[in-house]
Amino acid sequence: MTDYNFAYLDEDTKRMIRRAILKALAVPGYQVPFASREMPMPYGWGTGGVQVSAAILTPEDVMKVIDQGADDTTNAVSIRRFFEKTAGVATTTRTAEATVIQTRHRIPETPLREGQVLVYQVPIPEPLRFLEPRETETRRMHALEDYGLMHVKLYEDIARHGRIATSYAYPVKVEGRYVMDPSPIPKFDNPRLKSEAIQLFGAGREQRIYALPPHCRVESLDFEDHPFEASKADHPCALCGATGSYLDEVITDDAGGRMFVCSDTDFCATRRGEAA
Amino acid sequence: MTPLLEVRGLTKSYGRSLGCAEVSFDLWPGEVMGIVGESGSGKSTLLNCLAGLLEPDAGEVIFDTRADGPRDVLRMGEPERRWLARTDWAFVRQNPRDGLRMGVSAGANVGERLMAVGARHYGDIRARATDWLRRVEIDPARIDDRPRTFSGGMQQRLQIARNLVTGPRLVFMDEPTGGLDVSVQARLLDLLRGLVRDMGLSAVVVTHDLAVVRLLAHRIMVMKDGRVVEEGLTDQVLDDPRHPYTQLLVSSVLQV
Ligand SMILES: Nc1ncnc2c1ncn2[C@@H]1O[C@H](COP(=O)(O)OP(=O)(O)OP(=O)(O)O)[C@@H](O)[C@H]1O
Ligand SMILES: [Mg+2]
Repeated sequence: MTDYNFAYLDEDTKRMIRRAILKALAVPGYQVPFASREMPMPYGWGTGGVQVSAAILTPEDVMKVIDQGADDTTNAVSIRRFFEKTAGVATTTRTAEATVIQTRHRIPETPLREGQVLVYQVPIPEPLRFLEPRETETRRMHALEDYGLMHVKLYEDIARHGRIATSYAYPVKVEGRYVMDPSPIPKFDNPRLKSEAIQLFGAGREQRIYALPPHCRVESLDFEDHPFEASKADHPCALCGATGSYLDEVITDDAGGRMFVCSDTDFCATRRGEAA
Repeated sequence: MTPLLEVRGLTKSYGRSLGCAEVSFDLWPGEVMGIVGESGSGKSTLLNCLAGLLEPDAGEVIFDTRADGPRDVLRMGEPERRWLARTDWAFVRQNPRDGLRMGVSAGANVGERLMAVGARHYGDIRARATDWLRRVEIDPARIDDRPRTFSGGMQQRLQIARNLVTGPRLVFMDEPTGGLDVSVQARLLDLLRGLVRDMGLSAVVVTHDLAVVRLLAHRIMVMKDGRVVEEGLTDQVLDDPRHPYTQLLVSSVLQV
């Protein structure tokens, strides 16, 4: 522990990041710029989320790290080890036991409670980027609530595919004000963006932090005649039989065999009574 | 009756070079004002100042808003001015590429303004886009095609549909027929004339083509070196020009 400050970042950096987090919580959905630090891992490995986690961790925290719902992918394991080593905090795979959960691409199935913090790793924070590449212009659009373009994108989806085909990173409007990219979670998770927990979003390369305070209103953009639907594969989980959880399709052999299983490994294992 | 637009002493310089100086005029509901003059005379500068796209150094642009009556556009906050720009105003550019979103379909181009002001029913948006494509003589079957697959004339008509779909009251046009073949120009002018008449639009049209103002404009202003040198009813000014510069302008056209 002597090689690093607690949780790797120095205290000045943490203070700067905490200020950004507080501002982000005060203005839900607004992207707050911050001075992202070099981290001992490449961009794309969750450097934004890692910095946010490092800034909020206390020695008493219990940390869980998931990647696409699983605790055991290379990305999740390496981030978990990073905090075990630099902060010495306890870690867990149990959603209910964790106080800080860092995630990539999923919200845990087990409902989060007050007191928990969910930290998202975000690759591209700007929801308007795909139609308006100029940063100066997207900022102005947010400032003026000039969000017609978001619906242009959804219109194009329906015109081309007969329905809104966007299934990940599905844009939301926060507290009736800012349009926000919820990071590449499946749209199935969108309804659970309204939560008792604090949700923090960190984008390392793009140097942005944004947040959803507990219970804040989050609406998925849609049309009256093409309402938002939190869809998933229409199967039960092949392992635990759950019918209401988000499923991954797993190829089981090279003869085309496949099955659908819970993407949230902790949720599935708990249901099967064999919690890790 | 109140003028739709009252312009007073509008002046804009670019550093030491003059854009336009002390331009004043009234535009009445349903009236089309033509602005003519040679290249560099300040036509676009004036138009951009009127439309809130350029900040003038001095002057007033008073627009008769639906909600609060006459208001100085230049002293409004940007949110309010942008709202006007996508509801009550329209701006048709010479190059359709500057006025269209080339990366999305024709339908989305027409629907964008509707969505920007809160339309949230896909079927309605599509129906109105279809209707507007028809009104500007584009085959509605092309609704899902991108504008880059359209001819120049079609792109310009699409830009007009995209601008008029929210039923604006005031249309700014900068050389709307420039860069088009003569036969295509004639058809576009005809279309514009019909739309202006049917919708009771007021418009400010910048052009250096006197044939365009002859067809579209009730009144014209002649600009030279940033200043208005003559103003009056179109036919009067073109048939009996008073200012030597206007006489030159008119005679050079007649010689063409
Ligand atoms: N961005 C700018 N910076 C500096 N000078 C400018 C700028 N834009 C225009 N001007 C100058 O202001 C004057 C008026 O230009 P403007 O573009 O308004 O003329 P115009 O009548 O629209 O000409 P054209 O028929 O060629 O479009 C010209 O002398 C021009 O060189
Ligand atoms: Mg010009």
